[in-house]
Amino acid sequence: MDHADDHDHDGSELTDMQLRVRALETVLTEKGYIDPAALDLLIDTYETKIGPRNGARVVAKAWADPNYRRWLLKDGGAAIESLGFAGRQGKHLIAVENTPTTHNLVVCTLCSCYPWPVLGLPPVWYKAAPYRSRAVIDPRGVLRDFGVELPAETTIRVWDSTAELRYLVVPMRPAGTEHLDEAQLAALVTRDSMIGTGLARAPQGTP
Amino acid sequence: MNGAHDMGGMHGFGPVAPEPDEPVFHADWERRAFALTLAMGATGEWNIDMSRFARENRAPADYLSKSYYELWAAGTEQLLLERGLVSADEITAGRALHPSRPVRRVLAAADVAPLLALGAPTDRPATAPARFRVGDAVRARNINPPRHTRLPRYVRGHAGVIDAVRGCQVFADANALGHEDPQWLYTVRFDGRELWGADADPTTIVSVDLWEPHLEPST
Repeated sequence: MDHADDHDHDGSELTDMQLRVRALETVLTEKGYIDPAALDLLIDTYETKIGPRNGARVVAKAWADPNYRRWLLKDGGAAIESLGFAGRQGKHLIAVENTPTTHNLVVCTLCSCYPWPVLGLPPVWYKAAPYRSRAVIDPRGVLRDFGVELPAETTIRVWDSTAELRYLVVPMRPAGTEHLDEAQLAALVTRDSMIGTGLARAPQGTP
Repeated sequence: MNGAHDMGGMHGFGPVAPEPDEPVFHADWERRAFALTLAMGATGEWNIDMSRFARENRAPADYLSKSYYELWAAGTEQLLLERGLVSADEITAGRALHPSRPVRRVLAAADVAPLLALGAPTDRPATAPARFRVGDAVRARNINPPRHTRLPRYVRGHAGVIDAVRGCQVFADANALGHEDPQWLYTVRFDGRELWGADADPTTIVSVDLWEPHLEPST
């Protein structure tokens, strides 16, 4: 085994996984169960086409258009599909809106359920034990890990995604953004703000 | 099952460690493990809840020692072996050694976009009226099935309130055994102090999506 590229203890393990997954793919291909070209396309789709910019467009539109916001909060799946984002892990999308008194936080304590059509694939921390264990018992502590401190009286509503419903947080619109168009607003919407572990960015030039 | 995957409320895992500018995948094998798991899922030889159970049904130390895509790869291998689609000696050899058997369908590149657009809707026609309404007081049943369940341990036995009626949906616990058995699905709201005790932060509310068989009326 070539250890030239190993810079830490994970190196050899990764090599083992590379070999094992390659072996599996070869066997499945030879047996006619999978088409490697379909795998390439799946990877490209989730690496370059479907990601949190989709969700940011949804949020920006909800900020800019009161009718769309009402529709989104009432029937998230249909409102999101109208922008062209639908499909896997997203048929049953529910948008939950942050307000000055309630902050929403999304988790999947049992595995890694996440609204793929609007946020893409989840980050490692979302799937890892520290977040999955603590989000429901110590959401304020989790928010502090992200540098977010909310007023002590703010209600924190945690949504554990235990079924096939998928939750998208609509963060609060930052102050001083009245003059911005939807594209400029979308640039303020971070992935974490749509999970609830962050807030939307303040516009440039705001202290 | 009361496995290591059911993590809500556990202590000792340390702080959350967000990675700045995190890539979608951290190694090429993760790309392939992700995609081949989706492609095998599309064959129809098993369903999403069977996949989840294959990942979680292992010794806690094993579950906790694996990264997420390591779990995906291990779960997919397990399903392939259980169904006789692949043999252990073939995975070791890295090539097919035995005849294959027909699968229900093979995901072609041309089918990827339509499949992703279609998703996998889990809503089903109701065969009976919903037992609970918004505002009803309920209690999560104290059950401990050694099989797949989407009722997390940290809410079992606790009182909550029906926050929303989400329609009749494929019942994950039954689907993992091969039958959809659609049931009414509810979003149930639990007060943080009900779940974690009187000293818990009174501003925490946790909601969990539970099916009717997970719930009983609270008196």
